[in-house]
Amino acid sequence: MDHYKEVSNFFRNYKKDNITQIRWHGRGGQGAITSAKILAVAGFLAGYKGVTSAPFFGAERRGAPVIATTKLSKCTICDFSQIVSPDVVVVLDNTLLKTINVTQGLKPNGWVVLNTPQHFKYDFLQNSFNFIRVNATQIAEESGLISAGIPLVNTPILGTLLHVLPTIDLSHIHKALEQFFSPKAVLKNFDVISRVYKECSVEKIGNFLQELQES
Amino acid sequence: MTVLNQQRVNNTHNHLSNPKTYPPGQHVVTGNQSAAIGAFLSGVQVVAAYPITPQSPVVEELAKFIEEGELPAEFVPVESEHSAMGVCIGASIAGARVFTATCANGLAYMCEQLHWASGSRLPIVMACVNRAMAAPWSVLNDQQDSMSQRDAGWIQLFCKDNQEIIDTVIQAYRIAEKVYLPVMVCYDGYILSHTVMPIEVPDGNKVKKFLPPYIPHTPIDISKPVNINPVTLADPRLNADGVLCHGYMEHKYLHHQSLRNSLKIIEEIDIEYKDIFGRSLGGLFSEYKTDDADVVIICAGSLSKMCTLVIDMLREQNVPIGLVSLRAYRPFPNQKLSVALKNKKLILTIDKSLSYGYQGPICIDIKSSLFESGISSTVISFVAGLGGRDIKPYEIAEKAYDYWNKFNKKELTNEIIYESQWINCKY
Repeated sequence: MDHYKEVSNFFRNYKKDNITQIRWHGRGGQGAITSAKILAVAGFLAGYKGVTSAPFFGAERRGAPVIATTKLSKCTICDFSQIVSPDVVVVLDNTLLKTINVTQGLKPNGWVVLNTPQHFKYDFLQNSFNFIRVNATQIAEESGLISAGIPLVNTPILGTLLHVLPTIDLSHIHKALEQFFSPKAVLKNFDVISRVYKECSVEKIGNFLQELQES
Repeated sequence: MTVLNQQRVNNTHNHLSNPKTYPPGQHVVTGNQSAAIGAFLSGVQVVAAYPITPQSPVVEELAKFIEEGELPAEFVPVESEHSAMGVCIGASIAGARVFTATCANGLAYMCEQLHWASGSRLPIVMACVNRAMAAPWSVLNDQQDSMSQRDAGWIQLFCKDNQEIIDTVIQAYRIAEKVYLPVMVCYDGYILSHTVMPIEVPDGNKVKKFLPPYIPHTPIDISKPVNINPVTLADPRLNADGVLCHGYMEHKYLHHQSLRNSLKIIEEIDIEYKDIFGRSLGGLFSEYKTDDADVVIICAGSLSKMCTLVIDMLREQNVPIGLVSLRAYRPFPNQKLSVALKNKKLILTIDKSLSYGYQGPICIDIKSSLFESGISSTVISFVAGLGGRDIKPYEIAEKAYDYWNKFNKKELTNEIIYESQWINCKY
């Protein structure tokens, strides 16, 4: 039996394609799925050979919690299964923290990227996680990135991820945006993303960044 | 050929060669976008479809191409899948290159028309975005829908990833118009349909060369109205013009023979495609590390791409295993498969569908192929991923490892061999 357990662990920890996994938490209509795709395109432009992005396969409604995912790898991605242990979780709406365990399965030294309008206690976070906090809602509002009266936070938060994924830079994001939006919208989104990139607060940088740079 | 038909044929490739939004080269797109771009490049002239999750974005994308004037085709909105196929049948008879897409209960609703399309020998290409059949209601992926239409007389090709979707759609028109049979391009709902990944969009000018204009087998002529598909009796008889016509059985014999002959055509066209575009889809099926394998996993669709990872894992644990990934399910490449599976001791088939009351459809067909060739490998039927149940590579690897050991210790009981093994079923 011990031998089987050992083999099983080998299978479970097998990482030939070494995928960086990003899980997006948002609410229906916030654009988590679009941003997850933009990140995949930006990653591809930055030289990741394998990229995928998918919504969590379920029924989607406006305002309900939704999940999207992005996978980035140096090789072609063959594993199409759902993400269970992400390297990064992006939370577009801090009210989700009350109902959803956003850090479920998050790897030790993984990243939590949180859009939050006010300071509050982050007891839910283990110390081993890295943490980026940004008031993307306020920045979007100030910059006039508003749609139907609601500040857009999905694209601005891409700015924070550049701290986590150092191989992707602003130029890749710009190029990726061009595939999704009109030139005017690209300009507007890009301005806010650049601002978020500069203004977000990186609270703790752990081993993950270093590991990524080494790999 | 009549003037009318000649005009239609000439129109086949009147559109711009390349879509503005997806010029030739690398793009990161969903499976549904991939299918739509494939239809665009093939110069489809009529699109008729009814939306159903997860197929809807294919049609939305094509509607956009047509609405924005990029694709000079006729988009026919219909009130049901049954009508969608009806429109495709009419347009195809009239000489147009047609495309549609559906899945699951939509495909089932189309069932009657599927037989009309194949029996009329019309080269219709349809994307089937594999989804579970209700009840209970599910919009998620498995392959029960297309498998349930196995005997509709269509060619069924499975795609492993988004690149294969665009390539298969283009190849499908070439195959369909050569053998005069409709082709169902099957790809997994959500896992491919809604997942973006990089693909290479081929150059439309090359596609034009690869895909000559569609010439209907029976050109129709307004000045000489005819009754298409009249009642056909059991035995051959003279028609109104005094010509001896086939009985029903002769029609079906020819239909079946064309399907069997298409085995060769599918392979040939894939080779030609590789010469032009540099990519082969494996013809009827592709193999991975099977040469020195004693155990072989067989499956179809996106799961077979994931299984390459499973094979790598198991090889590192010294399991002599390989993978056969099935592309053509109908016609079924029984003879070629039995050659590929000769000397294999254990065969593990993984179906994302079930012939309820027996075993997985792929398993059943593999078993009969082996029997025909006198090969007595042990075949085990696995069922996985029904109704969108997530399949992890390690789950398959664990099962394969376990059953290979059981096989070697002669512990495979009748219950294992005669029944289906369910992967990650929590019952």
